[in-house]
Amino acid sequence: MAKWLKGKGPDSDIVISSRVRLARNLENTSFSQRMNDEEANVVKQQVKDAILNGNSVISKDFNYFNIENIDLLNRRILVEKHIISPGLLEKPDKSAFLISKDEKVTVMMNEEDHVRIQVLNPGLSLEESWDLCSKIDDLLDENLKYAFDDKFGYITACPTNVGTGLRASVMLHLPALVLTNYINKILQAVSQIGLTVRGLYGEGTDVMGNLFQISNQTTLGKTEEEIIEKLKNIVMQIIDKERASRESLFNNQGIRIEDKIYRSLGILRNSRIITSKEAMDLLSFVRMGIDMGIIKDVNIDVVNNLMITTQPANIQKYAKSELSSQERDVKRAELIREKL
Amino acid sequence: MLCEECGKNQSTVHLTKIINGKVNKVHLCEECAKKHKTLDFDSTFSIHDFFAGLLDNTDDSTLSLGQSAKIQCDNCGMTYSKFRQSGRLGCNECYNSFKDKLIPLFKRIHGHDNHTGKVPKRAGGIIRIKKDIEDLRKNLSIAVREEEFEEAARLRDKIKDLEKEIEMK
Repeated sequence: MAKWLKGKGPDSDIVISSRVRLARNLENTSFSQRMNDEEANVVKQQVKDAILNGNSVISKDFNYFNIENIDLLNRRILVEKHIISPGLLEKPDKSAFLISKDEKVTVMMNEEDHVRIQVLNPGLSLEESWDLCSKIDDLLDENLKYAFDDKFGYITACPTNVGTGLRASVMLHLPALVLTNYINKILQAVSQIGLTVRGLYGEGTDVMGNLFQISNQTTLGKTEEEIIEKLKNIVMQIIDKERASRESLFNNQGIRIEDKIYRSLGILRNSRIITSKEAMDLLSFVRMGIDMGIIKDVNIDVVNNLMITTQPANIQKYAKSELSSQERDVKRAELIREKL
Repeated sequence: MLCEECGKNQSTVHLTKIINGKVNKVHLCEECAKKHKTLDFDSTFSIHDFFAGLLDNTDDSTLSLGQSAKIQCDNCGMTYSKFRQSGRLGCNECYNSFKDKLIPLFKRIHGHDNHTGKVPKRAGGIIRIKKDIEDLRKNLSIAVREEEFEEAARLRDKIKDLEKEIEMK
């Protein structure tokens, strides 16, 4: 299971998680895409030393891993748990990461940028995540020479990250807005005010289980606090809309919603073959049922975890073997029956 | 659910597209999905694909397209045309080498071209000193204009001190 998901965060009936990441690069070193092995090793060593050998309290809390020493299945599991980004797996011989014991903090080395600091928290906790992320950044800043320009700010490989290098995102569960078709209007409005909406696993991924990832699109010209404040403000409004939609669904179509929720639970508890997509969509309604107090005998943590453990790589770990897509669907049904 | 395209096989590929907030769902079998270019998951559309378009519009008229494509970063050898293809720069010096091209691009992407957020501790000192020097220079020209030469001399010395401080860092 994903450790970082443990514990209840604020507004966790609708907000699954908050994530803050900073992109940083070292001076006078080619960016990751063009670096040679020697440069890659220097970056890894410097970042590793800065965190592990520092006098900070943080240092005892971290473990270091080279991507090439992790087998293919476990690499994908880390991505499915949102602990590392898919981009970190593109150059396995050059990439590494540091991870805190509670799995909330990851420092990735030689992804698109030399350093990517990520902090993940359950529920809506953007400020708390930013605080911690900034502290790790300070610790690295004391020991490394960051590439920084007076005018452009922190230098990044891609111009879309330059300036603060900050991407703050919130994973929202919005089943009622989807059911009422109100979601289209919201997504349209959100994209017009400089925020982006993506699927479960970031850029270019499908929307599953009514989960939407909303993040800031621009990184230059605003302070980190302003970026986070704006995102939080919009997210709070979406939360209100989702709650209002749930209430109006329940008031106007109570028995239909109850039926949908219990049918979802029924299929999950009885199916013998289930795709990842179907499982996610049904789990979404069960989750809403728990949040609305309709389902009382299922723990929300179980549902949250199934949303991650039913993903393809996690299923294979559960089965302890490589599985074809059809075999996975059978194992997935088995796992869900066991847990629900 | 059966595949929407062939109507024969069970659909296993479910795609939800959101374009300008409009949600469009497609259900296909694996065979038919492969035929679809838009469903090619390996070539997921990303912001980088917009770059070529954004950059072409920012080409200034004094340079022809051929010339500007030849601009190169002295430090890492990255060419401007390669940046246009990949959307990624090569090293921190590229930001100087392609500065004239990047400023309009930043304005288009971010709506700004000046960083206002966090500053590294090391650079922090220098930036603050530079800002101080700017302020002192303004006061200096005022002092000269007002013919307050004693004050002007004092300001000039202060600026020199600060400039030395930057050199030492």
